[in-house]
Amino acid sequence: MEKYLIAFVVGGTICVIGQILLDVFRLTPAHMTVALVVTGAVLGGLGLYEPLVKFAGAGASVPISSFGNSLVKGALFEAKTTGLVGVLTGIFEVTSAGISSAIIFGFLASLLFKPKG
Amino acid sequence: MSNQQNKNISAAQQQYQQFAKEREPKRPVLTNCLHAFIAGGLICTLGQFFQWFYMTYFNFTEITAGSPTQATLIIISALLTSLGIYDHIAQWAGAGTIVPVTGFANTITSAAIEHRSEGYVLGVGGNMFKIAGPVITFGVFSAFVVAIIKITIQKLGGF
Repeated sequence: MEKYLIAFVVGGTICVIGQILLDVFRLTPAHMTVALVVTGAVLGGLGLYEPLVKFAGAGASVPISSFGNSLVKGALFEAKTTGLVGVLTGIFEVTSAGISSAIIFGFLASLLFKPKG
Repeated sequence: MSNQQNKNISAAQQQYQQFAKEREPKRPVLTNCLHAFIAGGLICTLGQFFQWFYMTYFNFTEITAGSPTQATLIIISALLTSLGIYDHIAQWAGAGTIVPVTGFANTITSAAIEHRSEGYVLGVGGNMFKIAGPVITFGVFSAFVVAIIKITIQKLGGF
C-alpha cells in the first residue's frame, strides 16, 4: 500500500513541475514535455533516474520524463553488448512498447471513431 | 515575450503588448498545480496497480513491468480520447494529464482522429506525430548525445 502512496506523491510532483513550467514560465505544452524528456535523458545519463524508479515505481516510470531515461538506458545497454553501433540500434529498445502501442491504437482509433465536437 | 523580440517592434506595438499583458486573466497557478498533482498522482497510482498486476500474475520483474504498464495506460488513454472523455479530464487537470504517458497517447490519437477527413495516408499518417513529434525528436537526440558522452567518459576511464 505504501508503494501506491509513494507513486501518487512522486508522480503528482512531476506533474506539478510540468504545470509550473506551463503557468509560471509560460511554456507551451510541447515545450514543457520536451523539457521534461530532455531532463529525464540527462538524469538517466547521470544514473539518477533509475534509483527514482526503484523508489517510486510507476510514479517515476509513467510520467514522460521516463521516456528520455528509457531511451538512454536502451542505448547504453545495447552499446555495452554490441559496441558503438548499439547506441543506434538500442535507443528504442525499452520504449518500443510505448511508441508502437501509441501508433497502433492511435491508428485503430482513427479507423473506428469520428472527431467529436 | 522575450527581450530579443521586444527590440524589433515599434513603440506602439510595445505599448499594445503591455496593454494586453495587463488585461490577460491571471492564471490560478495554485489551483492548477493542485489539480495537476491529484490527476497526475492518480494516473501514476493506476500505473502502480497495473505494474503490481503484471508482476504478480505474469512474471514480470520491477524493471520489465514498465512496458506492459505503459501499453495498458496508452490503450486506456486512446479509448478515452476516442470517446471524447479525455479532453474533459484534461481541461480540469492541465499538466496532470499531459505529463504522464497517457498524454503522449492522447496527442497521437486526437491528431489521428482529427485529420481523418484528409485521408488515411496524408491525413492520419502524416499528421499523427504533429504534436508528439517534438517529444520523440528531442528525446532521441538528447539520449544520443547523453549516451555518446557517457560512453566517451567510460572509455577514458572515468566513473
